[in-house]
Amino acid sequence: MTDLTALTLAEARDALKAKSFTAVELTDAYLAAMERARVLNAYVTETPEKARDMARASDARLAAGKAGPLEGLPLGIKDLYATEGVHTQACSHILDGFKPTYESTVSANLWADGAVMLGKLNMDEFAMGSSNETSHYGSVVNPWRRNGSDVNLVPGGSSGGSAAAVAARLCLGATATDTGGSIRQPAAFTGTTGIKPTYGRCSRWGLVAFASSLDQAGPIARDVRDAAILLKSMASVDPKDTTSVDLPVPDYEAAVGKSVKGFRIGIPKEYRLDGMPAEMDALWKKGIEILRDAGAEIVDISLPHTKYALPAYYIVAPAEASSNLARYDGVRYGLRVPGSDIVDMYENTRAAGFGAEVKRRILIGTYVLSAGYYDAYYLRAQKVRTLIKRDFETVYAAGVDAILTPATPSAAFGIGEKADADPVEMYLNDVFTVTVNMAGLPGLAVPAGLNAEGLPLGLQLIGRPFDEETLFTLGAAIERAVGTFAPTQWW
Amino acid sequence: MNMAVRTPDPKKLIKGATGDWEVIIGLEVHAQVTSNAKLFSGASAVFGAEPNMHVSLVDAAMPGMLPVINEECVAQAIRTGLGLKAAINLYSVFDRKNYFYPDLPQGYQISQYKQPIVGEGKVLLDMPEGVVEIGIERLHLEQDAGKSIHDQHPTMSFVDLNRSGVALMEIVSKPDLRSSEEVKAYLAKLRTILRYLGTCDGNMEEGSMRADINVSVRKPGEPLGTRCEIKNVNSMRFAAQAVEFEARRQIGILEDGGKIDQETRLYDPGKGETRSMRSKEEAHDYRYFPDPDLLPLELDPAWVESLKAHLPELPDEKKARFVADYGITPYDAMVLTLERASADYYEQVAKNRDGKAVANFMLNELFGRLNKDGKGIEASPVSPDQLGAIVDLIGDGTISGKIAKDLFEIVYTEGGDPKNLVEERGLKQVTDTGAIERAVDEVIAANPDKAEQAKAKPTLSGWFVGQVMKATGGKANPQAVNDLVKRKLGIE
Repeated sequence: MTDLTALTLAEARDALKAKSFTAVELTDAYLAAMERARVLNAYVTETPEKARDMARASDARLAAGKAGPLEGLPLGIKDLYATEGVHTQACSHILDGFKPTYESTVSANLWADGAVMLGKLNMDEFAMGSSNETSHYGSVVNPWRRNGSDVNLVPGGSSGGSAAAVAARLCLGATATDTGGSIRQPAAFTGTTGIKPTYGRCSRWGLVAFASSLDQAGPIARDVRDAAILLKSMASVDPKDTTSVDLPVPDYEAAVGKSVKGFRIGIPKEYRLDGMPAEMDALWKKGIEILRDAGAEIVDISLPHTKYALPAYYIVAPAEASSNLARYDGVRYGLRVPGSDIVDMYENTRAAGFGAEVKRRILIGTYVLSAGYYDAYYLRAQKVRTLIKRDFETVYAAGVDAILTPATPSAAFGIGEKADADPVEMYLNDVFTVTVNMAGLPGLAVPAGLNAEGLPLGLQLIGRPFDEETLFTLGAAIERAVGTFAPTQWW
Repeated sequence: MNMAVRTPDPKKLIKGATGDWEVIIGLEVHAQVTSNAKLFSGASAVFGAEPNMHVSLVDAAMPGMLPVINEECVAQAIRTGLGLKAAINLYSVFDRKNYFYPDLPQGYQISQYKQPIVGEGKVLLDMPEGVVEIGIERLHLEQDAGKSIHDQHPTMSFVDLNRSGVALMEIVSKPDLRSSEEVKAYLAKLRTILRYLGTCDGNMEEGSMRADINVSVRKPGEPLGTRCEIKNVNSMRFAAQAVEFEARRQIGILEDGGKIDQETRLYDPGKGETRSMRSKEEAHDYRYFPDPDLLPLELDPAWVESLKAHLPELPDEKKARFVADYGITPYDAMVLTLERASADYYEQVAKNRDGKAVANFMLNELFGRLNKDGKGIEASPVSPDQLGAIVDLIGDGTISGKIAKDLFEIVYTEGGDPKNLVEERGLKQVTDTGAIERAVDEVIAANPDKAEQAKAKPTLSGWFVGQVMKATGGKANPQAVNDLVKRKLGIE
């Protein structure tokens, strides 16, 4: 038998239906791959028994002709998702030993469609980071290396485990979340496809909250079709999340392969940054050419408030986080470090339980919400947010169907490379992606080529609210032109 | 009513060494919303369960949980706003009030800060000097916290989250109150309105209604003084005592040349004094911001209208109607309408009867007897039909007022149909003048000297009336006895 992990999710789905192999065989192939790849540190918990149980149940349903859309397909779940009875810590020390009695709506949707859980994926602590270096469980290693180099690179973040696991074929697809770029940036760093859907498309119920008004669940997958298949299952309205939206979930897979003829693609001049590597600029041009050659119309557009997005994001997100993370106080679950009184206990627990980046953001968030600073920071950032949203509304109203930008300012960098740098340098990783979260729009990252060092680079497509279908259509067109990318196995 | 407009009433001023002082009071009342479930979770909001039995994942702030607004709690807040003649804000926003405390699992309370669901309204107080209008500043919805229990373990505190997330209405008055009597009257009136509406049970002992009281003093006509806030007062009596103490404390400080520090204080009912809890400098920075888990609350005007259409008649309107329809005094009407149940009881009895007679009997006999037993009108052993029958028996002369009291007591303790009881127990008033005449004759014949004296001193006839009533077991018609005694004694 050929290596089952080489198949895409769509291929594996069709092969299972054709009874070419069983779900248990497929699951075992992934469990073996995971075992071999532990050096990548992509999983923080493997759940082989659960996986085999679920796979057996899938085989029974397949045999009975009652297969769901994702029947028997092994997936990895980001540690931010509550999974019943299974390690759920957002890769933080403060949630030590926490195993919820409940299942997040999105993962429950996947299991209801027949998917198999392989384990929980590493991530930046509380999804705060762009390199997966802030995880309490250590850095994830990018399966990609520079040509001829054995330097370990970051997979991006915060969904670094998800991206690395998909790229290294340690799962057919993975759930991820995106608050400022946490799906799209790691997808770009690992040659995978990731989509952050429109805010409200997926339920946030059971997702450990980082910044509630920005957080959104989405998949990271081998290719555009796989991402479309996964999003279809993940998305739903949820009475338990009143910010989720009651709109029918389209058949996203049907959008893959459609013609892009007639689509009008906006190229925002504000995304052309000073000092951007030439390879990124070249990639962007390549993307434009591909879409033009495929029949799309390319137009120059302006999103004038783009430059304020990153600073505004780093006010809004930490503000919400400072409040969302107040519940980790050592009283009811997770870590408790005793103290002489309740305040002492709080301080000891939170000092020991949160890592440096999380503390930094709690401090920033607490500061910007404080009396006397609220108007100058939080309120102003919210106004900026409105302006950013309006920028997009204006270009969409002018007939633009989607916007093409680079996904990241650079390719993956080395683990520890930015350890001593100003934290703001790390924050700059999100410069192309945060605008999308601030405006609540869908954004797709799709690999568009390799740089001179052999590392993948990604482009970003930004769509109208709830028009993920257009992104899948356009992303698939780019993919058709450039192909998909897989790292050479060295582990 | 604006504080600058309300003319200082000399009777409400407090005499100090340096002259008269005016007390300025504003209240923030926390009223627990009557609802089956909590404000943002499906857990039961019923009082009295074992600790931590009414706690959902949301109430315990488990990771990834989200609040979902309870529509009934919103409806209750709107009904209350309408009952307070207040503006209903069709757009309101839930905010997070951030602070750490073990009985606050989320680390923030969801409340409404800048944009509450209800705006300005008013409450009318029936004071001895007339009706006083107290302005309502706003009403907002918020979550209650849990309860910390400190007496169960030598070194640890326990936490009960049953109350965590229960819906509260915070009803904020304008600083329109001027005396402890007004504070009591305001709390009582507010309680009456809430109970009429069915939006809060008003049970202060169980903590369903608690008040934070802002008190400051000034010389009449001067600008407002620095205020102190007395937190969490849970009885009307304590509220009045706390205001009295606090006003005199502040006056004492000011008259000694000191100044008032803005602070939060607690009332100690045991010592009858307020004491400092925390100063302004120690006050929390709550870092309010709109809760991103909840969309702004946008109300359909038609829904608000339908709630308005189904509002019950409120105490002020009911009182006015009782005065107009039944001809009773405003005071009696006020007492009868304090509780919706007693007003309903009254109307059931007074329908097609003499409203005044019913009011008198209810206020004097029924309320007195229930009070003695510590019972509410809902637990009255005498039903409106039974009470009506007794009033009818007085009205048609079947029994005397005195016998009616005895009959009432029998019905109250033993039950039964008053009409039958009168027959069975021979309580019927004797109006047969022949029988009365015989009794009068017997009494006069037995007391010849007194009969003689009565001719000179007519007031002695009362003694004969008493003797006749005694002889007839109180069943003789007193008017008939009176007439006959006078005639027989020849003192007409």
